[in-house]
Amino acid sequence: MSTVPTIDYEKIKGVHKIPLEELYTSGHRTCQGCESATTMRGFIKAAGSRTVVTGATGCMYVANTSYMTTPWIVPWMHTQLGAGGSSAVGMAAGLRALKRKGKIKDEKINVINFSGDLGAGDMGIGGISAALQSDYDLLIIMYDNESAANTDIQATGSTTYGAQTTFTPPGTKHPIMQRRWKKNVAGMLAVGHPTCRYVATACATFPPTDYLNKVRKALSIGGPTFIHTYDPCPKGWDYHPRFSNELGELGIKCGIYPLYEIVEGQIIYTWDARKTGKGRIPVKEFLTKQGRFDHLQEEHFTHIQKMVDEMWEEWEFPGVAPIKGILKARI
Amino acid sequence: MSVAVAKAKSDLSGPYEREDLLNGCQAVAQGVRLADVDVIAAYPIRPYTEVMDALSKLIADGQFDAEYIIADSEHSQFEIVKHASSVNARAFGGSSGTGWMYGMEALVVTATDRLPPLFVVGNRALDDPGAFGVEHNDAMAIRDMGWLLCWVTTPQEALEHVLIGYRIAEDKRVRMPMGLAMDGAFLTHSQHMVKVPSVAAAKKFLPQYDLAERRLHPDNPISVAPQVNEDWVMELRRQNWEAAKRARGVIKEAYKEFNDVFGNRYSAPYYFDEFMTDDAEVVLIGIGTVAAPARTAVRRMREKGQKVGYVNLRWFRPFPTVELRESLSRFKAVGVVDRDFAHGSPDDCGILMHEVRSCLYPAKNRPAIVNFMGGLGGRDLSIADTQKMFEITQQAVKKDSMDGFITWIGLRE
Repeated sequence: MSTVPTIDYEKIKGVHKIPLEELYTSGHRTCQGCESATTMRGFIKAAGSRTVVTGATGCMYVANTSYMTTPWIVPWMHTQLGAGGSSAVGMAAGLRALKRKGKIKDEKINVINFSGDLGAGDMGIGGISAALQSDYDLLIIMYDNESAANTDIQATGSTTYGAQTTFTPPGTKHPIMQRRWKKNVAGMLAVGHPTCRYVATACATFPPTDYLNKVRKALSIGGPTFIHTYDPCPKGWDYHPRFSNELGELGIKCGIYPLYEIVEGQIIYTWDARKTGKGRIPVKEFLTKQGRFDHLQEEHFTHIQKMVDEMWEEWEFPGVAPIKGILKARI
Repeated sequence: MSVAVAKAKSDLSGPYEREDLLNGCQAVAQGVRLADVDVIAAYPIRPYTEVMDALSKLIADGQFDAEYIIADSEHSQFEIVKHASSVNARAFGGSSGTGWMYGMEALVVTATDRLPPLFVVGNRALDDPGAFGVEHNDAMAIRDMGWLLCWVTTPQEALEHVLIGYRIAEDKRVRMPMGLAMDGAFLTHSQHMVKVPSVAAAKKFLPQYDLAERRLHPDNPISVAPQVNEDWVMELRRQNWEAAKRARGVIKEAYKEFNDVFGNRYSAPYYFDEFMTDDAEVVLIGIGTVAAPARTAVRRMREKGQKVGYVNLRWFRPFPTVELRESLSRFKAVGVVDRDFAHGSPDDCGILMHEVRSCLYPAKNRPAIVNFMGGLGGRDLSIADTQKMFEITQQAVKKDSMDGFITWIGLRE
């Protein structure tokens, strides 16, 4: 149980109320239109300066934090690709011990790790699972641009079905090489860690301020927490950089990326197509705006649409957990 | 786990507060308690595990205050230790055999990040096939990575080297991670009477850990290990190289300070011990618990008038080049005992042999040198085995050829 003092965060009501202070500033070398850079800038704006950050290997390390031109105003440290969870645990544990023993001032210091989809969702999932079982105050942000973007766009367990990447090129014999359905990381972590009090999915730019408030909520609720962000990537998804925000919005509106938070075990849909009156937009509208799906045939769009429909219409907890209810008959 | 506690029998005054019957693992745990370590990360693998067993009980009983984390893998365990160290917390971890290898990525970056946590390695053979017994290849895998690495031979030394290890590793001139190695089973699980220092004496010897300008804290907002590419890696490697060189001097200082507080426990040149070498013509040099049968063999052969001695190498990184060169070049022949392997390496020797031979190359008086591969996978190295090694080394004095250059000791053929 956390005994350290907390920072009282206000809910950010509207874009004009977003803190002006920049704690992630010039110096990074991310691509034009990089949504992940917005994810970085946002979480540290929301968290404030009494924060230590670790960044796992990935594009947001290699392109983002270069020697002598660091964009980080807060203390920042690189960690290994699969060490997001353990880096946060190590720092949180160290700070807690030092505070308890009176070696440093007893104050709230946020510990935040960001890891990409390859680092958090694949290699480091065990370490993050262990972190979410701990009783430390820490936040892990999985910024998901659906590829190993730093090594020239290779498929990960989080890449959308059918996408072209350098590991999954369409061919004459096999038009679809990415045959894995996107891993359900946030849902998996929420379901698997009963004492974790906050898990959310988010997109840095849609709906406005939603992501920033989720970061604040995670840090306020305390204990180990997890946020999965959806980060359109102009280079990896193959679209004009000006459309990053729009693609994030479309991904959510077509339902392929559900937006929710789970607070103390209760699901809140933070954008819900079922309540708009219009319903979900067709997935094809989202997919055809990206070059990585240029090779898809009608049958593939149909398949993806069917899978997304299933997420929302057949899952017991729509979009969150792929459980379709209890089978009454004994097998 | 049971910790047998014996009442103090011998004279205990000053820096030592009691005498306990402890095995190597339990002794290390006492050292960690006395070092007032802040963060401990545990993961089970034989034979080092009992260190963590002992620590968890000390914490459970309120005898020691530290964050105690059971990690999900060695990689996570070592990363937890590394990052705790980065926020200026004194941190401790450990492993054995393939577990140590599983966390290798984290071990490499701990050194390149120039962080000074201490890890104990209960030496164990590398699977496959499964084997719990001692072999030194696990710890030696970090020998070129910018680590401090030393071997101890008794539980007393094990306890004391936790304190000495942190003292050296955390020194501003060094700041390198410390590998404290001890032979699996032969030391990790053999009990000796151990004098346990008082908290006051430990505190007097070991200063508080202070990463100073490199600690990660909101009041010190630095970026650690940003991407440097080809621009700066070479200069950083040079800094590591210089730190490893400087460590040799700091090691000497640390032992002198230790002697000041605890009485003359260690004698110069500290990096290694010599046993009955004063007028010796032939010596064996080895690492770890093989020292015990070797010393007994020396005594027995001395009774028959043979001029033999034993050199126990304690510090492997940094390697005590000058001191060892000076020492070994006094002898007519040197036999190098390797409890490790380096398959396909020059002359197919073991790792220690390569190091010793390389060290002796510039010596004015180069002794004859032979290599022994023995005790692999935990096979016993007996008094008779070490005696046989002495005899083969004695014969090497007269030989011109490389015949008999390598002998596998105790091998079923």
